[in-house]
Amino acid sequence: MASNHYLLQVRDLKKYFYREKFFSSDRKPIRAVDGITFSIRRGETLGLVGESGCGKTTAGKAILRLIEPTSGQLLFKGQNLLDLDREGLRRLRPSMQFIFQDPYESLNPRMKVGEIVGEGLEVHRIVQGRKKIERVSEILEKVGLHPGDAIRYPHEFSGGQRQRIGIARAIALNPELIVADEPVSALDVSIQAQILNLLMDLRDQLGLTYLFISHDLRIVKHISDRIAVMYLGKILEIADGEDLFRRPLHPYTQILLQAIPKLDPSTRNQEPPAPEEDHSFSIQRGCLFQPRCPHTQKRCQIEEPLLLDEGDDHRVACHFLS
Amino acid sequence: MKTPLLEVRSLSTYFFTEDGVVRAVENVSFEIYPGEILSLVGESGCGKSVTGLSLLRLVSIPPGKIMNGEILFDGSNLLELEEREMEKVRGNDISMIFQEPMTSLNPVFTIGNQIMEAIELHQHLNKKEAKQKAIEVLDQVKIPSPEVRVDSYPHQLSGGMRQRAMIAMALSCQPKLLIADEPTTALDVTIQAQVLRLLKEIQRKMGMSVMLITHDLGVVSEIADRVAVMYAGRIVESGPIEAIFGQMRHPYTQGLLESIPQLKEKKKRLNAIPGQVPDPMDLPIGCKFHPRCHLMIDACKKEEPPLFHVNGNHVSRCIRWKECC
Repeated sequence: MASNHYLLQVRDLKKYFYREKFFSSDRKPIRAVDGITFSIRRGETLGLVGESGCGKTTAGKAILRLIEPTSGQLLFKGQNLLDLDREGLRRLRPSMQFIFQDPYESLNPRMKVGEIVGEGLEVHRIVQGRKKIERVSEILEKVGLHPGDAIRYPHEFSGGQRQRIGIARAIALNPELIVADEPVSALDVSIQAQILNLLMDLRDQLGLTYLFISHDLRIVKHISDRIAVMYLGKILEIADGEDLFRRPLHPYTQILLQAIPKLDPSTRNQEPPAPEEDHSFSIQRGCLFQPRCPHTQKRCQIEEPLLLDEGDDHRVACHFLS
Repeated sequence: MKTPLLEVRSLSTYFFTEDGVVRAVENVSFEIYPGEILSLVGESGCGKSVTGLSLLRLVSIPPGKIMNGEILFDGSNLLELEEREMEKVRGNDISMIFQEPMTSLNPVFTIGNQIMEAIELHQHLNKKEAKQKAIEVLDQVKIPSPEVRVDSYPHQLSGGMRQRAMIAMALSCQPKLLIADEPTTALDVTIQAQVLRLLKEIQRKMGMSVMLITHDLGVVSEIADRVAVMYAGRIVESGPIEAIFGQMRHPYTQGLLESIPQLKEKKKRLNAIPGQVPDPMDLPIGCKFHPRCHLMIDACKKEEPPLFHVNGNHVSRCIRWKECC
């Protein structure tokens, strides 16, 4: 595929955290992201889904180099972000932005809303003075706020409104790629719907490409074109959203989908839920999903399954299928 | 006609702050019958948690104050009991579990010790008997190797196991009513499914009633028998779960359900409720939901509607309930 077809190509990305305790008997690193590979086409939304500890947030931050990856390749419009020096990376930053989960922690409480949204415009010398104020007003209106909100402080706003401010900040520099990390998880259900609509509208209006990180499968399915399922630092399955839900192939994906409450009291979950993970030991070899997998065989204990195409660009990492 | 286990009549709980009075719970009435799961559902600030805390008189006074109402349980009005009589009810007849097990469990005591505390207090067993009972109840909540885990500290357990430990604590004295405030909100979806299933099983076995407080309609759909929807401190709709999910009669309930992305449909814009919840210190006149309501008419701005009878025990606080939804 021509490299300009894909906006982002992630190859074998790893982020390990090394413990620094002097007397630690356990010197093994935490493999938060352990070799993930995927690509996102321009204008596409890839959903990254998984439960707590799967590494999705770390992956999102590593992709924008908000935390430094341990190894791998990050090709943004064909250019490896890891080859860039500070200045080179800085110049690319307007094109790739981040939306944070916590509307209460992600805005500087000492900055006015206008300053928060306009900071990037100032730093990258895109517009200044009167023009900057006009642009900030435009952006605030785009996200459903008022130009007059520019002189107020974050604490004067509700959670949903603060998230709109965070989104305004993210779109201010006309980015091509936005990594959204659980952008609606901290919000009430009715506000979630408003913000999801906003994100989808902006995507259409501004031609954005999203990496949408969430633990909520309904939301991920709603907004994503393709979905990648993560577990303990690895991608277990990646496919078109509709296809993933219609025929989930990895045992973990099946368990995940089956656990989603159906909002229909007449079809309550009859299946026995999946066994719980046991933290008393960690898998050293083979597939990480073994302790919870109903299909585990000898091969699973020895060999880690690779992410292989099962047809229709639906890739799965599982020996049971092959 | 069955006798309710718990009957709440016109409960109002306010908070008196420097900035004004927060009318967190306003004139709330409902019943819970033996063996049923009633869910109190609503978004943040609707008053559902304060209602739960009020039942066990756990609201901080000051700044809180239970202004009026009756909480009838087992022949007495809980609001008229002396504190030491109330202590015999808490953890014994009525128990409560909370959202974040790591903050509700004491980190410096083993889970066994914490379970035993309630048993020793209410059941006058000696330490050995109490420990045996603790192991039994850990087994009941399906914690593997309970005789070993009884000596674990909370930080040694996973999130799901900690929640089970908290449920074990709450069940140790076989309460008639369990109040569960967002018990699965902090858990992963697969663990949530297990914990809900466990709650339902235990509830059935023990014939216990549960008041499930949550914002998550998915959780409600999985285990509740009846639902009461709260908004701005009031109940705006209540009824059997099939009625609420199948044919709701209040625009807020409708808005809540339509805010959740469906799994089957192709992606389109969600029917989001415009605006946001009102400032509890500055509530609108008339129906509290009217500023956000697509069915709003003049009458809605003038007078707060009473609860209208829809069908059986299905009620709605909307004057246009017949046209909804």
